[in-house]
Amino acid sequence: MHDLYAKLKDHFPLGPLTEQRADLSFFTVGREHLRSVMLHLRDQEGFSHLVLLTAVDWIEDGVFQLTYLLNNRAACQDLGVRVMLPRENTSMDTIHDIWPTAATYQRELREMFGIDFPESPGVNDEFILEGWTGIPPYRREFDTKAFSEENFTHREGRETHDPAEHMKKQLYPDGE
Amino acid sequence: MKDELKKRVIKGPDGFEFEVDPIQDYYCSEPPKAHPPAYVKIVEDLFNWARSESLWILGYGTGCGAIEMRPLMTPRFDAYRYGVQWRATPRQSNLFIISGYLSVKTLKRVIRSYEQMPSPKYVVGLGSCTINGGMYWDSYNTIKKLEEYLPVDLYIVGCMPRPEALLLGFENLKKIIRAGKAEGANQYAENFEWYKANQKKVIHDWDMPDYNW
Amino acid sequence: MAYQPDRSQYPVKKEDGTLDIDLTSGKYLKLWQGPQHPGITGNMSVELTVCGDEVVEGKTHVGYLHRGFEKLMERRTFIQCFPIVCRICVPEPDFNEYCYAAAIEELAGIEAPERAHWIRTLILEMGRFNSYMMYLGGQAGSLGLGVIGQWTTYVRDLMLDRFEELTGARIYHMFILPGGVRDGLPDGFEKRMEETLQEAERVLEDVHDVMFKNAVFRKRTIGVGYIDPALFEAYGVTGPNARAGGVCKDVRKDQPYLVYPELDFAPVVGEDSDMFTRADVRRRDTLMSIDLIRQLLSKMPSEGPVMTKLPNVLHWTIPRGETYIRGECSRGEYGYYLVTDGSGFPRRVNVRGPSYTHAVALLERLIVNTNIADVAALMVSLHTYPPEIER
Repeated sequence: MHDLYAKLKDHFPLGPLTEQRADLSFFTVGREHLRSVMLHLRDQEGFSHLVLLTAVDWIEDGVFQLTYLLNNRAACQDLGVRVMLPRENTSMDTIHDIWPTAATYQRELREMFGIDFPESPGVNDEFILEGWTGIPPYRREFDTKAFSEENFTHREGRETHDPAEHMKKQLYPDGE
Repeated sequence: MKDELKKRVIKGPDGFEFEVDPIQDYYCSEPPKAHPPAYVKIVEDLFNWARSESLWILGYGTGCGAIEMRPLMTPRFDAYRYGVQWRATPRQSNLFIISGYLSVKTLKRVIRSYEQMPSPKYVVGLGSCTINGGMYWDSYNTIKKLEEYLPVDLYIVGCMPRPEALLLGFENLKKIIRAGKAEGANQYAENFEWYKANQKKVIHDWDMPDYNW
Repeated sequence: MAYQPDRSQYPVKKEDGTLDIDLTSGKYLKLWQGPQHPGITGNMSVELTVCGDEVVEGKTHVGYLHRGFEKLMERRTFIQCFPIVCRICVPEPDFNEYCYAAAIEELAGIEAPERAHWIRTLILEMGRFNSYMMYLGGQAGSLGLGVIGQWTTYVRDLMLDRFEELTGARIYHMFILPGGVRDGLPDGFEKRMEETLQEAERVLEDVHDVMFKNAVFRKRTIGVGYIDPALFEAYGVTGPNARAGGVCKDVRKDQPYLVYPELDFAPVVGEDSDMFTRADVRRRDTLMSIDLIRQLLSKMPSEGPVMTKLPNVLHWTIPRGETYIRGECSRGEYGYYLVTDGSGFPRRVNVRGPSYTHAVALLERLIVNTNIADVAALMVSLHTYPPEIER
């Protein structure tokens, strides 16, 4: 993976390489270079399979991390390309002309995180939720328990036990 | 509301123009009515016996539980000998098994299917998700208490309940029907406003009628 | 051999790529093949625009089974996620447990013992067999051969009995945990499994005679539902869908995991990429799965620990990192992308199900120019399970 990284570093400015396993590595790239990096990886290096496109919400740093995971089946290598975007009014270039299946992933990110991909086909159509009027649910500031207790009637009589307290009482009944 | 459900004027292929109101066309013109029992008790007992021996399930697997309903129709557990079969459309069925959790999107379709079934009809809640939300109790997209939205006659506990538990559930449901206590459909008709208010609270994309034409 | 339709009645394409369909002209009809429909696998709906009997445009609607798993998992500790994780894919739940457990083991630096790997592979192969049995029943049922569904569900029930002996539950096992599996094999398991496998082979022979040599089945599936192999990479097609087109994509051979390097098997590949070949590839894959189960039971070490000691799971934190674990489930490539941030809760879990790429973009492309009666058969032939699309 290191020689591939060195080869890419000649053409594009990249962040440091994190090697998770022998066949899986991640690196960060700036948003302006993402499309050219993807085209280079697909056409010249043989990473023809887009495995997934997802986002991670680092709310304490104020960024969304978009992860594009690519797979080269012939060389048995996986490569994760990270892009850091600001959390407010996020929008990103679409890659649906490189991989048509990315349109589905981009639709889901638009609905669940609020990341806009202008010109992606059908990106504003409702995909999973229907009639949703709140903030995009996968963001960290959305509290799912509070939402569920407010909007749905719960059956009364539920008792909650904290597992750590329960085990402490069971193992050390005399107190410790 | 979607465009194709709004009231509009359509020009047919032969040039004739007519006004169309899809909501009024798709739905019944009156809200559901409560059906009183037969005048003579022995006739009602006969009807209840007949209804209990031919429970036809609507073929809609709303959630996880659908996977344990499939073995029920094979010779090993054999629900056919109890008179229970799967039917394709709501018009031909009188038992609706809500097999598991209901997301808000599915709840709307379940309500439409339920209202299309002819009376008398019964609802069975399968699994713990219909009772108190189950393990999705803190999810933003599933309902927690089924009887707020549909009248339920019987609950079967489990995650998943085995097919034998389902057969026991059918037996208990037959006992309830024969005793004349399965009044789910009449309850729905009598408390129609309350059920509709609960449904409207969770379904934000409401495009069903208010039956007030 | 691809089916070449008569395009003279076809609507014209506008400049932006969409079709010029005028719904008020009376020539087109909008049909909704929705969730309450006997011809739909799982809970998904397809909005069809038809002209006569030919589908002109289709839009898939998913989201009927959305429970927000990825959000729920952020609220639960690592070990509390296991009961939730197996409910993501209902007919074949063990893959979720394996991928999640392997991701946690990798990030936390835990090594599962050797015998646990063998038992995990056995469970995954049994799950694959169950999933294929459901597929065969569904594919035949969608074309009118209802008896195949009865036979395959019967055999699946026998395998669920073996699951119940081994793990204690029929459908959701929660048997594979980080650090290994919960328990070893019970006494006499090999003997009962051999009886089940012999019964399975007998039923599969019957299925081969009744389904694959049936004139109606052959006429309705040969040449129908053709996927061009050039689309496989663009649309992310994996698993038996791709292997039926001649592209040998099998994660068990390409990037082996668990004990697959020690097993002797060759991935099943087909030639024409139509519905019949896909069904045939899956049937032969089932026979290969039966053979793999026999190999596993004969080569498995009979002694040894099955679980390494974990740290106190209630106060367990995993250092910051991210990883992706993939496996070959019966439908294609199944993967878990896990991100941890040093606390006791996962930061982000993303489940990559194979139906995500098959059932939305690919189906909308394939459904054009099919008959209304073939839509259900096409959906089943791509072997989609909607729960893993919207999780």
